[in-house]
Formats: sequence, structure tokens, C-alpha cells
Amino acid sequence: MIRAEHELHQRRLGRNVGVALSLVALIAIVLGLTFVKVTRGGGAAALEGFDHAVRPGMTTPETTAGEGN
Amino acid sequence: MSDVNAYERTEEPGFGDYVALLKPRVMSLVVFTAMVGLLVAPVPVHPFIAFTSILFIAIGAGASGALNMWWDADIDAVMSRTQKRPIPAGKVQPGEALGLGVALSGLSVMMLGLAANLAAAALLAFTIFFYAVIYTMILKRWTPQNIVIGGAAGAFPPMVGWVAATGSVSLEAVLMFGLIFFWTPPHFWALCLFMKSDYADAKVPMLTVTHGHDAARRQIFIYTLVLAASALALGFTSIAGPAYIATALVMNALFAKGAWAILRRTTEAAQADGYKVEKSFFKLSLIYLTLHFGALLADAALRALGLIGGAA
Repeated sequence: MIRAEHELHQRRLGRNVGVALSLVALIAIVLGLTFVKVTRGGGAAALEGFDHAVRPGMTTPETTAGEGN
Repeated sequence: MSDVNAYERTEEPGFGDYVALLKPRVMSLVVFTAMVGLLVAPVPVHPFIAFTSILFIAIGAGASGALNMWWDADIDAVMSRTQKRPIPAGKVQPGEALGLGVALSGLSVMMLGLAANLAAAALLAFTIFFYAVIYTMILKRWTPQNIVIGGAAGAFPPMVGWVAATGSVSLEAVLMFGLIFFWTPPHFWALCLFMKSDYADAKVPMLTVTHGHDAARRQIFIYTLVLAASALALGFTSIAGPAYIATALVMNALFAKGAWAILRRTTEAAQADGYKVEKSFFKLSLIYLTLHFGALLADAALRALGLIGGAA
């Protein structure tokens, strides 16, 4: 039978909670970054980029201006 | 080099012991200077991207701190100032510090590259390499100019912040680097003059030990003059405004005066009054750096509010 509560769980609780919170924070940051990058600048054209063929429309100043990230 | 068997685990490490490996006090300084470097840049950065960039610059700095503690565990155990660090205290194994340092180095560089740009990520990677390998592993135990070179690692964060915003290095970024780079030697050697250090026991060549106090006094004065020139030069760039110029004029005059007083003193005189001048110079050095970067931030705020003209 598996003992659900081991002494180790109690001893390492602080560490485990700390690691869990760090990972949740990292997920939130990656999600936030994705949201910011997708919703601003360039629009769909910038996201699509030169997907399969060079599109002259991509090189016009309207779509290439910006700080490049 | 660390000897795994020398640090037996005495108690269960907590989360805080791993945080301590990242040198949180150094990280707070990195957060401040990287933030200034990023915010004074003439390119607006999205607040969340700015936050993420500064966070991962700080984590990168923390990672290099963990690598430093891994490599230097043997001398940390000898010196009283560092004996309570997690590895010599027996809480964290050297291998854990190495693992954490390498993992967080990779994570911070990758995340900065994704959040800001590849140039900033490359510069952060170089900073970590510089501090962990060039400074910690090679030069620290080899040359009395170790503090000068170590100072360069501490001087990179505002430059990384600037590159995160603009994508490239410019004169302003170089002069912000210079501000910390030339500030570190007088700041640290002043501390060495009045702190009873045990660098000699740890066989770390510290200038005050290898060349004596008089040489250290001369070096403090020389670096303070170079620092003043560098700080005033920053006043002529686009990021400086009235707040910075006023701060630089006043603080550099005070700092040069303090360095001159240190140069003119003898060790006997210093011992007689309990290193009063050296201690006040050290305190002044902390205010000096805070005010310079604070003034840069104030000028950026003034520009943003449209109260003064400028590049932004």
C-alpha cells in the first residue's frame, strides 16, 4: 500500500511550494509575452511573415517599420 | 575548485537557500540599473516586455552568482563574511548550485531573447560568461586588479537594459557602463581599507593586501578622477538632462574631495580615528551611484512629461 503522507512531504513542503509558484509565474510570463506580442504591432501580416513565398507587400515601409520585435 | 566531499549536508535546504545562491542583494542592484538603462532609452518599450526583460536580466545575474558560489565554495568557507553562504554552511551541495546556475543562465538568456531581442540576449550571455568564467575562475585569484575586472560584470546590466530597448549598443550605453565600471574600484577598495578582511587567508590577491594601503589610496584617487570624467561625459549625451547634470557636478565634486582626503591620509592617521574618512567615503559611494542612476531616471520622466526637450 502507498502511504500518501511521508515525512519527506512535510520536510520539503516549502521547497515544493516555492518551485510550484515559480513554475506558475513562468507560465504566466510566457502567456503574457505571447499576448503582448500577438496583439500589438504589424498585425496579421507581420505574424505571417514570408511564409512560403516572398511577398512584396511585406517590404513596404508600413509593415516593416517598428522596433523589430 | 570545489571539493564535493568537503561540504557535508547538515540540514534540509529550504527554498530560501536556493534563492540565497542567486545573491538577492546584487540582483536588486541589477534590477535598478537595468531598469534605468531600459527606461532612459529613446525607444518606448511595452510595460510588460520591459518588466520581463528586467526580470530575466536579474535572473541571469543571479545565475552567475550561483556559478560563482559553486566555484568559490572553498574560499567562501575560509572567509568569515562568506562562511554563512548556502554551500559552506552545508545547506546546499555544490552540484546543486552548478545545476541551478547553468539552468537559470540558459533560461534567462532564452527568455530575454524572446522578450526583447537577440542582441540583448547575447550580451546577457556574455555578461554571465564574463562574471562566472573570466572573473570568478580566471582573474579573481590571479591579479590584484580583480575588482576592476569584476566591476565590469556589474557594469553590464544597464547596457543590457539599453540594448533590450534599442537593439544595439550606443555611446550612452557605454558611458552608463563606465559609470559603474570606474565606480567599483574606489567603492570596494575603500571598504577593503577599513574592513578587517581575510582575503589573505583565502589566497585571493586583494590590492590592499598585495600592494599595501598606500597603493590602494593612490588607486582610489586615480579611478575616482577617471570616474568623474566618465560621469561628466554622460552629461553631454541625449539621455542626460538638468537633474543628471546637477547631480553629476555636485556628487563628483564631493567624491573627488573624499578621494583626495583618502590619498592624503596615512594608515596611522586612519587607525587613530577608526577609519572615519574611509567609512564616510564608502557611504558616499553608495549614494553616488544611486543618485546618478536616479537622476537619469528623473530626466527620462521629465522628458516623458514634456517638461524638457530631448531625444525621446
